[in-house]
Amino acid sequence: MSADENLRQRLSSVGRRVRQWLRVQFSPVPLLGWFLAALVAVILEMLVGTPLARLLGMSKFPVLFGFALALAQPVYIPSAIVYVLLIYVLPVALVARLSIRLGNLLAGWLMRTSPLLSVVVHLGLLYGTLHLWAGLSDYRVLVVRLMLIAIMLTLSLNVVNGYMGEFSCSHPGFMALGAYAASLFSVLFFVGNDAFGAPLLPIGLGPFLFPLGLILGGAVAALGALLVAIPSFRTRGDYLAIISLAFMFIIKSLFENLEFLGGARGLSGQPDWASLPVVFAWTILCVWTINNFVRSTVGKALNAVRDGELAADAMTVDTRRTKMVAFFFAAFWAGVAGGLFAHVLRYVNPGTFDLKKLAEVLAMVYLGGLNSVVGSIVGAVSYNLLSEALRPLELYKWIIIPLLFIMVMIFRPTGLIAFREFDVVKLLHPREGTPGHAGPGAVEPQAER
Amino acid sequence: MTLLRVDDMTHWFGGLQAVSGYNVAIEPGQIRGLIGPNGAGKTTVFNLITGRYRPTEGHIFLDGQEITGLPPHKIASMGLGRTFQNLRLWRHMTVLEHVKMARYSKITYGLAGAFFGTARRNREEDDIETRARELLELVGAVDWADHIVTNLPYGMQRRVELARALAIQPKILFLDEPTAGMNPEELVQMMEIVRLVHEQLGLAIFLIEHRMKVVMDLCEVIQTLVFGQVIAEGTPDEIRNDPRVIEAYLGKEVMA
Repeated sequence: MSADENLRQRLSSVGRRVRQWLRVQFSPVPLLGWFLAALVAVILEMLVGTPLARLLGMSKFPVLFGFALALAQPVYIPSAIVYVLLIYVLPVALVARLSIRLGNLLAGWLMRTSPLLSVVVHLGLLYGTLHLWAGLSDYRVLVVRLMLIAIMLTLSLNVVNGYMGEFSCSHPGFMALGAYAASLFSVLFFVGNDAFGAPLLPIGLGPFLFPLGLILGGAVAALGALLVAIPSFRTRGDYLAIISLAFMFIIKSLFENLEFLGGARGLSGQPDWASLPVVFAWTILCVWTINNFVRSTVGKALNAVRDGELAADAMTVDTRRTKMVAFFFAAFWAGVAGGLFAHVLRYVNPGTFDLKKLAEVLAMVYLGGLNSVVGSIVGAVSYNLLSEALRPLELYKWIIIPLLFIMVMIFRPTGLIAFREFDVVKLLHPREGTPGHAGPGAVEPQAER
Repeated sequence: MTLLRVDDMTHWFGGLQAVSGYNVAIEPGQIRGLIGPNGAGKTTVFNLITGRYRPTEGHIFLDGQEITGLPPHKIASMGLGRTFQNLRLWRHMTVLEHVKMARYSKITYGLAGAFFGTARRNREEDDIETRARELLELVGAVDWADHIVTNLPYGMQRRVELARALAIQPKILFLDEPTAGMNPEELVQMMEIVRLVHEQLGLAIFLIEHRMKVVMDLCEVIQTLVFGQVIAEGTPDEIRNDPRVIEAYLGKEVMA
């Protein structure tokens, strides 16, 4: 045996032992424990973040885990690492490990009282953490909101490209329809501009009627989906890909030529209604309905259609209706995401909804994993974080990210977390005596491929 | 009353007449066989009756209602279940999900239930699951309920297909070569299951089969199809001794 091989074996055995130790230490931590730990870390950052950063020689605390800072000024790499260790990694690990008993007791009690209560408490904790963390800088608020919108987009595209197994390219188009429809709703009724004249309703009503605007955006997008669906779903094959791609370009040039919506200059003046809680609530609603749908027998019919349309038909599945419903549903959520997007940026122009947007959404879907709700969430979050973290590299970012994708495609061809079922209630159960997965996002594998 | 009646069904694939003047009348609870050499048009007959193809001429009645030209899922939900010659299972789904899926047309919770996870939806899904497990029990595949279907042995996959076809609550079951590719042991088990299903559920069964032993053992009446035409119809004994059948198809087997 050569020395090289020897070394490699020893390294891999060390790696195995470390992993095993981590598993033993952290697998009994319930999701509640992780959420509590994250909250503690965030509060810690609020209290001592800035002084600690100063102490480490940085001018202010690193906004996004120090990535941007480290890449822009490599001198700060050690400081950034120490900061992340002291503020995030150690406190989270410590609190999660020490709260195992308490966390499991609490999680068990919540679950026994009412699963709904448990869900609400978890969501509350998650939102609280996110709110405090983002509250420390405007940049974080923006990143988190865009990330949540990306989750909605990715998930809705996964319904078509993953669960249904067709290849749709029209998501930027649906998003544009939703963005413009919702913007028109707010500007026409509550803001007014040169083209539309004075607002029709007092602006005070706006935030309350904003959901209507978003639903309108979703509905308009679903209407657009009808145009794509009618010719595409008569047969299987590449038709949908081609027609939906054409649709995307048509929508883009439509908005470029609609002068009353600002044409290529775009439309601005959307009020600041898409705040973090609003976006968070819509994202939860989106994840919840889509997850409900794909786990029902009605939704699983999509998989049946994908894996064998003939058999699905012979087993009483109305394949055409199934495909149509899923496609409208996906378009609806893309439209809502578009409406939120327009109100986060408070400006919308046709150029946003181009091939680059399409590539981004597709990348998030395939990175995260087909046919998987968790996969889409992971895909959207990791792509957005990566994209923000590598921003200082400018042009090189577009070399590194594709390379990473290629690596993922080589080592996990179906994406990071594909073909998993997302059982929320199971996830919230206490972990005591159930050795298995560690960390949030761990889900019982519904299916090994 | 006749459960399934086909009157003068003819089908052309372009210039090729695949089925010509086909007639059949199946009574409730009857097991009927359809035999014939390769390419005789047996599966085409199945595909025509189940709605995958629309017959060029002729009429089909299920339980007194005309079903000619209806889409397959409608016909299926009216009580016509089928299995396929080459297994058509959904490769990413579990066994249980397969059987539950066949209840699709009977689901009443609708889209609201699917999107918002209502109490009614949970109740209905639980019901469907219970029934699906019962059917899997019946065909002896219940131990595999939570496995992905591609991980099952071949014979077991055939049973899952049968359970799935049963889940639509058929009045008549079409089995397209249910023992194709099976070893002798699996074959005997499959025949037992078909018999059991027939006895317990009182279904009519229409069977395409290549293996004479299976057809002769199971069926009450057998049709022989050659080049799209029925050349003989009768009990197993009549078919076995019919010179036209022997000439067209059975010749060697009877001699041996």
